Amino acid sequence: MAIFSEAFGKDSILIRESVASREDAISIAGELLVLSGKAKNEYISSMLEAIEQFGPYIVISPGIALAHGKPSDAVLETGLSLLLIREAIEFKHSQNDPVRLVFGLAAIDHNSHIGLMSELAEFLLDSDKVNSLLTCSESWQIRSLLR
Amino acid sequence: MKIIAVCGMGIGTSVLLKINAEKVLKMLDIEATVEAADMTSARKASFDAQIILTTPELVESLRGVNAEIIAIEHFFDLEELNTKLSKALL
Repeated sequence: MAIFSEAFGKDSILIRESVASREDAISIAGELLVLSGKAKNEYISSMLEAIEQFGPYIVISPGIALAHGKPSDAVLETGLSLLLIREAIEFKHSQNDPVRLVFGLAAIDHNSHIGLMSELAEFLLDSDKVNSLLTCSESWQIRSLLR
Repeated sequence: MKIIAVCGMGIGTSVLLKINAEKVLKMLDIEATVEAADMTSARKASFDAQIILTTPELVESLRGVNAEIIAIEHFFDLEELNTKLSKALL
């Protein structure tokens, strides 16, 4: 899964004990995209606007959120980030709460990341891999699972 | 046949829905194209579509479009997609 593992730039993966709120979690996933060179700071506001405007549907599966904004000049390169939170946080989703994995997504347009999303979908369908991910204590361990 | 997968921004959830819907359509042996769209472009894109797939939260905002709206609760539950798409298409 070369496209998938390469989508996570350097410094794009972080493990945190806890976060203050879902907005905090989304901001951190956004900051990881900024740190790894995928997006500018403004993209984080776009990610926060998305959840404010459209609600918590970004919690795509039990415990897993896919935080993203819209394609714009604030996106430098298509890529992913990942925040693992030890202490699960409520996103106010009707069924998939609470959340421990927050993937940040930046896409330069509406189509060029479809191959990447397809690999992300394959990964998330593999519950063994997802469960191992949840037990990681170091970001390098996460990275090795994303291959 | 055209199916549109809709989410707020048209790059995350809708693309995952598209990918999983395509898998299910293949299993059901139904020939259809699935396009991902955001809320704004969904209305325009829906004029020649038969079905719109989206999340329960967004159903209300899509009312009035010229296609059957199917709300999907779990995007990774291929069984749910299978049941709902079969019901609508077979």
